[in-house]
Amino acid sequence: MAERRIRTYSEVNHDTGSGILEQVEAQGARLARRLAAIDRLVVVASGKGGVGKSLVAANLAAALARRGLQVGAADADLNGPSLGRMLGVAGAKLEVREDGVVPVRGAEGVRVMSMDLLLASDDAPLRWREPEGAGFAWQSVLETGAVREFLSDTDWGELDALIVDLPPGTDKLQRLLQLVPDPGVVLLVTTPTEVARFVVGKSIALVREARVRRFGLVANMAGHACEHCGAQTSLFDPEPAVRMAEETGVPLWARIPFHPAIGAHTDAGRPIVAAEPDSEAARAFEELAAKVMA
Amino acid sequence: MKFLCVDCDRVMDFAERQLPGDGTMAAVFRCDRCEREVAMLTNPMETRLVSGLGVKVGGRTVPDQPMELVRSTVADGREDAFADGEAAGGEAADGPTVAPVGPPPRPGSVAWSPQARERLQSVPSFVRGMVKRIYTEWAWEQGIVEMTPETMDRARAELGMEGM
Repeated sequence: MAERRIRTYSEVNHDTGSGILEQVEAQGARLARRLAAIDRLVVVASGKGGVGKSLVAANLAAALARRGLQVGAADADLNGPSLGRMLGVAGAKLEVREDGVVPVRGAEGVRVMSMDLLLASDDAPLRWREPEGAGFAWQSVLETGAVREFLSDTDWGELDALIVDLPPGTDKLQRLLQLVPDPGVVLLVTTPTEVARFVVGKSIALVREARVRRFGLVANMAGHACEHCGAQTSLFDPEPAVRMAEETGVPLWARIPFHPAIGAHTDAGRPIVAAEPDSEAARAFEELAAKVMA
Repeated sequence: MKFLCVDCDRVMDFAERQLPGDGTMAAVFRCDRCEREVAMLTNPMETRLVSGLGVKVGGRTVPDQPMELVRSTVADGREDAFADGEAAGGEAADGPTVAPVGPPPRPGSVAWSPQARERLQSVPSFVRGMVKRIYTEWAWEQGIVEMTPETMDRARAELGMEGM
């Protein structure tokens, strides 16, 4: 009996009528249309957790808005959303329009979208409706889809800058760069520790591999600003962030001094750039804002 | 994913989708030459995986809804997180009638029977407004003046809204 040959998938051009590929392309087109109205997408990432990404994102957004720019802030940290609260929005109802969900106005008029606005209570973890037992199989699919919808289905309007606050993990940065292959700016937040330097180094490699055109380091908790005289002293010596910049050739765009008031103001939903605009930390964020928009 | 009728060497076309409501899906494909049909049956995990991609087997029958994936998959959403209907001047999402958000005004409206409204309550509140809006839009297009549990079944199957 002669062996029959069945045509391979790639040999068959006829679509079944589902148009799956077209549906996926339509998602991409919708995202591209939305981003076309945004002058600059600024990704705040790290790879390392607990380095202050959201704090940097919130203050950068507020600093840009204080320069008279139209600014949005997308909280891509779905499982630990904090950007909304740092910008003073919580519990707001989201208006749904034909062209998208209207973001909530936060501190300095920043337009905010966050999973925090969608969850039932402050202590409600993000859970997905899914069959029992194998959620791990598609959780990353759902999370990537949710971030895509935050970007494409939020009616951001015309923006000068959209800040995207990523959760920790190099993989999260990788997924975002697959959704948005050419972001305007990527900021890699680090702290002056060897461990942070080690982890953030992986993000640098990833950003370089993705051929991101503009990226820089932000050293959070870099030194301490005296509450009385504003004089700065180093908390760590030598500063690994500075060494990282020197060794990798990635510019160090900002050194945000440690200041207890930053945390207090942020917890109150008021970025320090608005609460204490004359502080050293606020000035550092203002300089960062200028570099981002340069 | 494609289905090839081996005898005819032709790709089978999507013909029908059924969502029995238990998380599974049946998608029927037909050969346009010999008219042989096969049904692809997916278990709840496979069904969820496909819907998690934001795509529908058999193609979309209604336009993408804003944040459709988030609203249909987040389990513990805040009940009043989204203001569907109200923004367009319609009644609240769980009221007796509702006008669609965004699309141009249409004559008349679709009534929801008490049984349909009761069944709608079983849809998670986080996504209820969106579901009601989509079903109402579908009913308009079908010339249906009253939504009942039976028409909800039809809408769910035709729109491919598993779990809603």
